[in-house]
Amino acid sequence: MKKLLSAKNVIISILILIGIWQLAFVISDYSEALFPSPLMALQALIEMIKDGTLLDSIAASMYRFAIGYGLSVIVAVILGLILGSLPRVFKYVDPALQLLRPISPTAWMPFVVLLFGIGDLPAIVIIFIAAFFPVLLSTVSAVSKINDIYFRVSDNFGIKQPALMWKVILPAAFPQIANAIHLALGSAWIFLVAGEMVGAQSGLGYQIIDARNNIRADILLATILVIGLIGLLLDFLIGLLEKRILRSWGGEN
Amino acid sequence: MSYIHIENAGKTFIENDTEFTALSDVNLDIEKGEFICLLGPSGCGKSTLLNAIAGFDLVNHGSVQIDGKEVTSPSTKNVTIFQNYGLLPWRNVIKNVELGLEAKGVDKDKRHEIAKKYLKLVKLEDFENSFPRQLSGGMKQRVAIARALAVEPDIIFMDEPFGALDAITRMKLQDDILDICKNEKKTIIFVTHDIEEAVYLADRIVVMTPNPGKVKGVLTVPLHHFRDRTSGDFLLVRDKIFDLLNMKLEDNIEYNI
Repeated sequence: MKKLLSAKNVIISILILIGIWQLAFVISDYSEALFPSPLMALQALIEMIKDGTLLDSIAASMYRFAIGYGLSVIVAVILGLILGSLPRVFKYVDPALQLLRPISPTAWMPFVVLLFGIGDLPAIVIIFIAAFFPVLLSTVSAVSKINDIYFRVSDNFGIKQPALMWKVILPAAFPQIANAIHLALGSAWIFLVAGEMVGAQSGLGYQIIDARNNIRADILLATILVIGLIGLLLDFLIGLLEKRILRSWGGEN
Repeated sequence: MSYIHIENAGKTFIENDTEFTALSDVNLDIEKGEFICLLGPSGCGKSTLLNAIAGFDLVNHGSVQIDGKEVTSPSTKNVTIFQNYGLLPWRNVIKNVELGLEAKGVDKDKRHEIAKKYLKLVKLEDFENSFPRQLSGGMKQRVAIARALAVEPDIIFMDEPFGALDAITRMKLQDDILDICKNEKKTIIFVTHDIEEAVYLADRIVVMTPNPGKVKGVLTVPLHHFRDRTSGDFLLVRDKIFDLLNMKLEDNIEYNI
């Protein structure tokens, strides 16, 4: 029943969104070529599915996303665990991180293109940067917040590094790390599109630029919808995973 | 020299530029196999003393020796049981009990066997695959006791282990712990603020008072296992403790003018 109700919420919410779009289409006097209706976007979507361009774009984007986001999470978590366990070292690293963190990943874009050229790499680098700082800082903070009793118990039983890291520190910090990994997924997905708009010749972000160049606003809007849908789906999947992890972790409560 | 030898031990902290004495001038000798209760109100330094013997927070005056050696860090030969259990919530019960054995390098089958044996001893053999969150407070503390016993320690330190439990569960665990230490012959140092608990469990009670934390007196309990909480002897020991803690009412003198 609860599931049915939430499905109802989703459908109504999206219908309202499409309704507003249709209304804006009817009352605005932009030409159809510049501001298409939902139906025209749907037709463009079907056209893209049929000729295979959509699938190619999705595949190119997902490949970059998987590599950039995956690498970023792995490196950030490992580095975060190390820095979190060495608070004295972290004091020297933290100011530099705080300086780099507020810089939008897109600001690095021209520099990245200069260094790596056009292709897969710039988008991967941007995604990497987008996910890196939040995951790293959350991991450090998660490690520093670990209840002291776990360290006392480990100390008492003679559990030393490296066993201490993977038997105690990682699992104790993991719920908070999982949350950061989840949140970073959203921003990584956002910056994927930005990265592809500037530094790539394929993918969903490139498809938007390509549609603009050909003045195909219907393709443009259809692509935007696809980006939203995939983002939603990814978020939903990692949310499920996170819930599952938190359940098996339990906590003392 | 006795097994645990504490001489002129003291601990001071500096807080906001003022020196605060948590523990002052403690002299205490404990023999192997004794059940010692450190008893007193909060702030009397009983946990500070326990942590100093266990090696978590060392004293900064005098000396604390176990078996002739100065205590400098926690030892795997002496295990501490905490009030809030210290179980790892991501491990199930049997894996929690195996924790200390893993660090000792005991192989997998042997670990499992030992852990099972001690879970049986604390009557939790049917819960080996449960997670800590699924257990009551009393059961969690029994898992912690099994985990401590599994590494066959010489000394078990208990820091108000039953403080978070309800009165009935607490009495049950008190009986269990008496049973276990009779069979396992461990030296136990047990911190509590519950006078009855101390009288029920201890061979000797170290009564402590605050400001600054110090030992007010050491009482030998002339009772034997199993003790009757309502017997005259039991009440007599309680009475002596009340006396040491200055909790007895003075005779009231009435003045009539």
